[in-house]
Amino acid sequence: MGQGGQGGQGGKYGLTDHIVSPRVYFAIYAILLVGTYLTIQIAFFDLGPLNTIAALTIAVLKAVLVVLFFMHVRHSTPLTWAVVAGSVFWLAILLTLTMTDYLTRGWRTYG
Amino acid sequence: MTTALVPPRHYLNEKYGIASWLLTRDHKRIALLYLASVTAFFFLGGAFAVLIRLDLATPAGDLVSDDTYNKLFTMHGVIMVWFFLIPVIPSVLGNFLVPLMIGAKDLAFPRLNLASWYIYVLGAMFTTYAVVTGGLDTGWTFYTPFSTVSSTTNVTSAAIGIFITGFSSILTGLNFIVTIHRMRAPGMTWFRMPLFLWSMYATSLIFVLATPVLAITLLLIAAERVFHFGFFDPAVGGDPILFQHLFWFYSHPAVYIMVLPAMGVISELVAAFCRKPVFGYNFVAFASLAIAVLGFLVWGHHMFVAGTSVYAAMIFSMLSFLVAIPSAIKVFNWTATMYKGSIAWETPMLYAIGFIGLFTIGGLTGLILATIGIDVHVTDTYFVIAHFHYIMVGGTIMGYLGGLHFWWPKISGRLYNEFLAKVSAAIIFIGFNLTFFPQFILGYLGMPRRYHAYPPEFQVLNVLSSAGASILGLGYLIPMMYLMWSLRYGPIAHFNPWGAVGLEWTTSSPPPTENFKEIPVVTWDAYDYQAPVESHVA
Amino acid sequence: MPDAAIPHAGHPSGLTVSAPDHHLAGRSALAHQFDSLEQQREASTLGIWVFLLTEVLFFGGLFVTYLVYRSSYPGAFVAASHELLIWAGGVNTVVLITSSLTMALAVRAAQTGNRRQLVWLLVATMALGTMFLGIKAFEYYTEWVEHHVPGLNYRFEGEYFRTAQIFFSLYFVMTGLHAAHMIVGLGIMAVLLVLSLRGRFTPEYYNPIEAGGLYWHFVDIVWIFLFPLLYLIGRHAH
Repeated sequence: MGQGGQGGQGGKYGLTDHIVSPRVYFAIYAILLVGTYLTIQIAFFDLGPLNTIAALTIAVLKAVLVVLFFMHVRHSTPLTWAVVAGSVFWLAILLTLTMTDYLTRGWRTYG
Repeated sequence: MTTALVPPRHYLNEKYGIASWLLTRDHKRIALLYLASVTAFFFLGGAFAVLIRLDLATPAGDLVSDDTYNKLFTMHGVIMVWFFLIPVIPSVLGNFLVPLMIGAKDLAFPRLNLASWYIYVLGAMFTTYAVVTGGLDTGWTFYTPFSTVSSTTNVTSAAIGIFITGFSSILTGLNFIVTIHRMRAPGMTWFRMPLFLWSMYATSLIFVLATPVLAITLLLIAAERVFHFGFFDPAVGGDPILFQHLFWFYSHPAVYIMVLPAMGVISELVAAFCRKPVFGYNFVAFASLAIAVLGFLVWGHHMFVAGTSVYAAMIFSMLSFLVAIPSAIKVFNWTATMYKGSIAWETPMLYAIGFIGLFTIGGLTGLILATIGIDVHVTDTYFVIAHFHYIMVGGTIMGYLGGLHFWWPKISGRLYNEFLAKVSAAIIFIGFNLTFFPQFILGYLGMPRRYHAYPPEFQVLNVLSSAGASILGLGYLIPMMYLMWSLRYGPIAHFNPWGAVGLEWTTSSPPPTENFKEIPVVTWDAYDYQAPVESHVA
Repeated sequence: MPDAAIPHAGHPSGLTVSAPDHHLAGRSALAHQFDSLEQQREASTLGIWVFLLTEVLFFGGLFVTYLVYRSSYPGAFVAASHELLIWAGGVNTVVLITSSLTMALAVRAAQTGNRRQLVWLLVATMALGTMFLGIKAFEYYTEWVEHHVPGLNYRFEGEYFRTAQIFFSLYFVMTGLHAAHMIVGLGIMAVLLVLSLRGRFTPEYYNPIEAGGLYWHFVDIVWIFLFPLLYLIGRHAH
């Protein structure tokens, strides 16, 4: 049974090479719980636009931890990283280009 | 050259019986299942086109009522786009050829491949149900709030049908991406792959990135109709233009799903029939990826007059000019390939040059439409209809027919009648141009699309167009007949009747179920026409 | 994007490599189209990741709808968000995060060949998932009682009557789609549980567990975003 971050047998691609210690999983779990607690607490203070930024920042950090550690992306191939990055990037295209319409509708046009 | 003999055991005679087809995991048989289905839907969509052109032969809308006419063009569009053009080359030629070209025994997930076909059929049944029980009249674009609030036709079942079929596309794309990344034969690096595989890879990227957005959009349409949610209903504060953003985010890349595979076919045809490597291989490969990526950034050009902000429109217009560049690079490179090539004017090559010319016209008129100042005048006219039919029919369908003829000997083990094939190609070319070129003029003169009553001064051009359509229809029927005839009576094909380079040509015609007796080790480039063909046999 | 390396190792002479004997419970784990278990695992992993990419875009359409309407109707979104049960959302967030922990540990159990642990961790994951759905069902019932379901019995007091409907529509579609994914997830877990009990998985072959785990974590991540975006808008004003 593997302990810690020892590599197993097999090829150079990813996951069975890395059996993560339960301690790492529990540590990440604790951070996720803290993040959840924080995000609820912050919501009850009036920080203006920072409320949304704080909530989204915490959500993104939690998601990154789940992706890197629970989903093993930290020890995955560059191709897996590319797929994860691609999904975020394409979602960003959808959100950004759509919002160029809504954010600029109120702007003055010619004449 | 040895006399061609039918190989004793191949994928068609390996097993007989309906179950061996309906439960197959062989990508080649699945390709044929798709061939049968998409061909059936092509003729159904074509039937609606016949009715449309009949009605448009006279200025008064006198063949059918206004409501029925709305249903005719809607169902022509829905069936042709989602049940023919999007699946045809990937699911027929792609399924058949990807493992063969890559040197693999099958796709990465054969059962998923079969499931994709069943999902296609299920979605098609839903949509056919919608068609025969009253139809759909929203246009293939489903614009809100008409589709969600006012239309009294089968919007929900059609939306569900297309939603289901979308998953067929997504899973096919997923299968191709994994296969191309992980199952290439030893020695086949990315830059030794035939360009058809680059096109299929780029198309698969679009499948997996764009289709889910269509799926959620159709789900929202259905939910809006059933629960009256109000996302796109101004009465509740919803924005109909948001629907258009979501719809076109998918539907613009969808047109690249329709044309990229055809471009991949053209690369193969031009190389084989000029007996030369494609000029600028790397540029063509990267251009495929560039089209896939840039195609996601231009959807707003379908919405220039919808009510979006002018600034967003300008951004989309500039990006639309950009996306023409990789397509142009491909056209230049195919032409350069022909220079000093040893050109053989067989049927597939006729379709290839037809594609190059007609796609160029379609593409240039796309640039015209991307210019906001001009688009304001010609949008929603026959100019747009002519533009996209030049690409989809003059482009995709000609690419498909060229590929079908080129690989027919591999797929069926038979040769088709070359004379009839050449005659059909000519009939299709003439019929196509007679149908659609007048439509550019009609649109420019102001005839709107989706209308069946028009001012009498437009009648001459409309009659020309309808006459062309009947010629085009005849042109499509003839290949159906001689290809089917060849299955039984055609001369038996050699394993490489064209003397082409490619792993698919090293195995028997038809191939055995497992594709290769031995998986080859690839040490040569994709279009290595300098070396003798025999040296490429594993 | 393109791997620089020559594709999969293991073909020194170009001849087909006959697969080593991988018989488990009487059935070979190596599918015919692959040349090695390792190639099969790589393909399986890439396949599930590409599928998750499609799911990001699928939910993405709802997120862009949310973005458009929250920026258009901020007041209505605040008022409507206050009606949601923040404790239910919070508990559900903890429940799902815990289920991700048990799932990650389950994958590890498969990697290390510990069948008993694998089975119990899958059971725990399913139990937590069911708890999530139970709480969700209770929330939906509450919302129905309070007439916040558009299309069924919608009523909303005050100036935001019209546009709060958009918030609730988004809430039901987003959490409903998420719940549908949870239900499918439970189905997948059930299948994995049965296969685990039958001893199908070994340290050399546990692709389905890994794939199921990735799917489950993805569903968790969607909720990690849904919770603050739906439940925590302008709560300070309460």
